[in-house]
Amino acid sequence: MLSQFLQFLFSGITVGAAYALAALGFTLIYNAPNVINFAQGEVIMLGGMLVFFFMQSGLPMPLAIVLAIAIPALVGIALEKLAIEPARDAEVVTLIIITIGASLVIRGLIQIWLGKGAHSYPAFSGSEPLHIGGATLLPQSLWVLGITALVVVALWYFFSRTLAGKAILATSCNPLAAQLVGIDTQWVLLVSFALSAALGAIGGVLLTPITLTSYDVGIMLGLKGFVAAVVGGLGSGLGAVLGGLLVGVIEAMAAGYISSAYKDAIPFILILFILFFMPRGIFGAKVTERV
Amino acid sequence: MSILRRHHVLIILAAVLLLLPLVLPNNYYYDIVIRMAINAILVLGLNLLIGFAGQISLGHAGFVGIGAYASAILPTHFGWHPLLAMAAGATIASAIAAIVARPIFRLKGHYLAMATLGLGIITAIVIKNEAAYTGGPDGMPVVALALMGFEISGEKKWYWVLAVVLLFSFWAARNLIDSPFGRALRALHGSEVASQVMGVDVVRYKVAIFVLSAFFASLMGSVTAHYIGFVTPNIADFFHSIELVTMVVIGGMASIYGSLIGAILLTALPQALSTFEGWETVVFGAILMFCMIFMPRGLVPTLAQRFGGRESEGD
Repeated sequence: MLSQFLQFLFSGITVGAAYALAALGFTLIYNAPNVINFAQGEVIMLGGMLVFFFMQSGLPMPLAIVLAIAIPALVGIALEKLAIEPARDAEVVTLIIITIGASLVIRGLIQIWLGKGAHSYPAFSGSEPLHIGGATLLPQSLWVLGITALVVVALWYFFSRTLAGKAILATSCNPLAAQLVGIDTQWVLLVSFALSAALGAIGGVLLTPITLTSYDVGIMLGLKGFVAAVVGGLGSGLGAVLGGLLVGVIEAMAAGYISSAYKDAIPFILILFILFFMPRGIFGAKVTERV
Repeated sequence: MSILRRHHVLIILAAVLLLLPLVLPNNYYYDIVIRMAINAILVLGLNLLIGFAGQISLGHAGFVGIGAYASAILPTHFGWHPLLAMAAGATIASAIAAIVARPIFRLKGHYLAMATLGLGIITAIVIKNEAAYTGGPDGMPVVALALMGFEISGEKKWYWVLAVVLLFSFWAARNLIDSPFGRALRALHGSEVASQVMGVDVVRYKVAIFVLSAFFASLMGSVTAHYIGFVTPNIADFFHSIELVTMVVIGGMASIYGSLIGAILLTALPQALSTFEGWETVVFGAILMFCMIFMPRGLVPTLAQRFGGRESEGD
């Protein structure tokens, strides 16, 4: 009984960590130019697919991983520079459509380049499972959790202790005021998109040895990351992390105890529930609307 | 304003629809035109919501799916008359829309986008999983639609049915926009606070337009199911929702005839792209981005402004 519960908990937290990274990416971009970036799921997919590709072409894993995080970051910069910036004054709906267009382009290119098959690569440090309380835990899950925790701490440091991080926060609070005190808001947007894409890619790189990847996994992962961001109250960093873990755990529990066929529906039932009863998210702050 | 001036685009549309069969060479082209008409009506309903109420629905295909599967399941498994099944589908879709919309519209921002996104995906998953009724991922056949012993089948009969429905929808939408209801909607999009101060019941209007567009979507889902004679879960999936929103935005938000243009272009696009083996998704996405960056207001409003004339359906 307990071992089963632990098993579900482990798999939930592992997937939840990847959702948390995706949710952080959403939050970052939502904070800066107030765009909901639907291409976020595709950079998660890119992360995994690129590691697979580079390892297949003979690069050592660490180098492949670095490239698989750097390239999506460049994709994020390109997206901001070429698509979001020229349309900056457009309505939110328009910006959302642009990011959806970008996600189609990325997915289509990967499908042509690497095909429709599912791919994977070996776990970072073997696949001999650990036994804890009757449940098994893959070493890769520890990697996922450990690196996610590191990333969260690094982000916290970046946003609260460095000038660059504070500049981004300031811009998200009030772009005009930020500009007036000399912050290069253009630069802030670029950094936000690069960082957000890198976060998503890290999630994809970490998760792929456990869940496999293919050109079309981005949509679901991205949407669930988005749900996690909303559950955490869009715009709150800590909320995004907790939201990700919560979505992962609830999904795993529901799949285990209720119905695995409806596993993918769980996050979306959750989001409806949250919107009905806790519209600011579970961890979101109360906001007063300005007219 | 004479009827002729007021409805001149509508009259042109009617003339085109009358003359089109003279130039359509075979059933393949009939099929494309029929799909364009179905999409145009769907997009019109969605545009009322996006363009006039300023709310985006990312799960509209879910409502289309509800209508399509009501028309597939109820006659096949329970022996309902197809018309009754169609009405049931539209009622269910409207009821779901109403239940969801009430709490959502009390919130500001793009919460409807998230709620409809969830709703659409849940609908698609239910359709895929309840294989005993829906045939699962493989889909299921749909009985033919018969009215008083007259069976609507074949591209030519469907063409005329949809031509009439299309004209009626555009006429109704125009009238709706010019009614007090439509003016309230436009005011709402302009400034929610201002319209509230003027006495517009903001939430009620938004809910009404959302329910109306869900109703439209479900009906057109039923029509699609009967026309094709087969339904698959693809009709309810996220990508279909995105396609519909894209048609609205490319044609032009808040532009009735933009809906028509958007539907025609994006229905024709996959046919034109089928020669680009494998590149369809990339080109589709690139066109989306390109249009939104350089013509954020959509084709019809942008072109109308460029060529001097004010948009025919403007104020």
